[in-house]
Amino acid sequence: MNGPVRDFWLQFRRNRLGMVGLALVLLLAAVALLAPVLAPVDPFRTSRQALLPPMSPGFLLGSDHLGRDVLSGVIWGSRVSLLVGLAAAATATFIGIVVGAVSGFFGGWVDELVMRVSELFQIIPRFVLALIVVSFFGSGLSNLILVIGILSWPQTARIVRSQFLRHRALPYVDSARVLGMKPLRIMFAEILPNVLAPVIVVASLDIAQAILMEASLGFFGLGDPNLRSWGGMLNTAQGFVQRAWWMSVFPGIGISLAVLGFNLLGDGINEATDPRLREG
Amino acid sequence: MSGTYETKHAETGSAPTPLIEVTGLHKQFASGGRFRRSRRSVHAVDDLAIRIHAGETFALVGESGCGKSTTARLMLSLQQPTSGDIRYKGTPLSMMSEAERRDYRRRVQVVFQDSNSSLNPRKRLGTILTTALTVSGAVADARRAVARAHELMEDVGLSPSASFFDRYPHELSGGQRQRVGIARALAPEPELIIADEPVSALDISVRAQILQLLQRIQRERSVAYLFISHDLSVVRWVAHRVGVMYLGRLVETGPVESVFTRPVHPYTEVLINATPVADPERAQLRHVHVVSGDVPSTTERPSGCPFHPRCPLAVETCRSEVPELLPVGEAHAAACLRATERVEGLRLP
Repeated sequence: MNGPVRDFWLQFRRNRLGMVGLALVLLLAAVALLAPVLAPVDPFRTSRQALLPPMSPGFLLGSDHLGRDVLSGVIWGSRVSLLVGLAAAATATFIGIVVGAVSGFFGGWVDELVMRVSELFQIIPRFVLALIVVSFFGSGLSNLILVIGILSWPQTARIVRSQFLRHRALPYVDSARVLGMKPLRIMFAEILPNVLAPVIVVASLDIAQAILMEASLGFFGLGDPNLRSWGGMLNTAQGFVQRAWWMSVFPGIGISLAVLGFNLLGDGINEATDPRLREG
Repeated sequence: MSGTYETKHAETGSAPTPLIEVTGLHKQFASGGRFRRSRRSVHAVDDLAIRIHAGETFALVGESGCGKSTTARLMLSLQQPTSGDIRYKGTPLSMMSEAERRDYRRRVQVVFQDSNSSLNPRKRLGTILTTALTVSGAVADARRAVARAHELMEDVGLSPSASFFDRYPHELSGGQRQRVGIARALAPEPELIIADEPVSALDISVRAQILQLLQRIQRERSVAYLFISHDLSVVRWVAHRVGVMYLGRLVETGPVESVFTRPVHPYTEVLINATPVADPERAQLRHVHVVSGDVPSTTERPSGCPFHPRCPLAVETCRSEVPELLPVGEAHAAACLRATERVEGLRLP
């Protein structure tokens, strides 16, 4: 590990909530990666043993109205959540970095235009728009990722822009220009590494938001029908809330822990990289 | 170093084409609101003319906000002048081909005041220097660049270079960082280095070392400096010629000895008198003018001579007439309506 990364880790390690977030995220990642090994049965396998309560033999967290194992569903569902969360946040971060960098570095009318467009994106109710787009274009996994990603870039773009505005006036950037470096290289090889810390923070909050939005779309029946997801499980649980609480509670816990994990991780990274928030 | 430069020119007789010649340089910034009615313009650089010859040090002095740094940015092509010309070895920048322009950029380098923000905090020193070498086109292949970077580090006193190569800027002292900044400026083999307050942010003890380094580099590579500073004691030590700026205009220019011993413009005299003198007996000999008031803002430039509201010698004509830069001695010029009287006054014992 080189200097800045090691310094960061030493700071981050001292933040207890950040470490809890990291642990939750690692747990989620491990469950998602090891799903085929961890899940007792195929999450789609139906049986006659419908609506069994938790701790029933063979159904640790109970079964749903079609006799499917809730535990296996929760385990496989983590894959959908994590994949959508990561991919959508990556899409949003990529768009946000490119747009924000161009906007902040070049300024002028480009900046004006980009900022007005990003405000437009921020004032539309994102969830409603996602709902409309997904119901129109279909709710395949890639559609979900793209829609959530495209609706989430403005925050990253604004942060990247403000950082670029500050950095483009610093002498090290002037000196790169004087040496004859091309603008694209200045933007992405010189400035970008210096502004990544807040971007990573926003990205990790974006992951949490994306997981939540995917689950919400799933709850409204707009998840990928070919996958067992937490949101989808909540959707089917709607009619059984009183008769079979376990159908909704366990996927709900999954969503909550995943969202909490990424939020805590993001806050932890933020505190470790922002010198104003450091103690001592 | 003053000696070598002057004798060189004494031998060649008439002055050769200057390395850089700036004429009629103007830079105006629009300020104020987004709407046309509320816009005002700031005249940061106003009709500036300077010449810098190969291997000499020309110092630009003046209070903060007088346009020194804008001049530097214009010469570095970091900003475009509103009007005026910058000639490099006789060719105006505006007439240059793309290739000539690239060569100009390479030959004019810069050292900044704040050594901290002038180095990318995420890059190792070795990377900073090898990038400078390859990006500027001074060195073609990466392996040569590494060897050259080590040489440059040794040249600027970062020795042994191997122990600095993989370090990050924040692991160095201010003086060491400034040495890296100088090495980076030397990487493209420049002919002019614009040093914008290169020692102002450093400790007094480190200052002398960096100035000596700059002087040694000049002796060894005959590079010219545009030395921007508000510290006249430093300027007197390093510069051959000096130009004094006030509100974007050059008010006095000439050889250092002449300007410092026989200042003609009252502003120059004020600046010189404002420099602390270590020797109390010498300090008492000085007849002190103290200027009242602040530097007027460049948006509300006074009429006539821009210095008249603060000038102890101002007369009625100073309010209306803008003085031109006129010769007052050998290679010495001043923009003051009372220059002639002053020169004659100074000749008296």
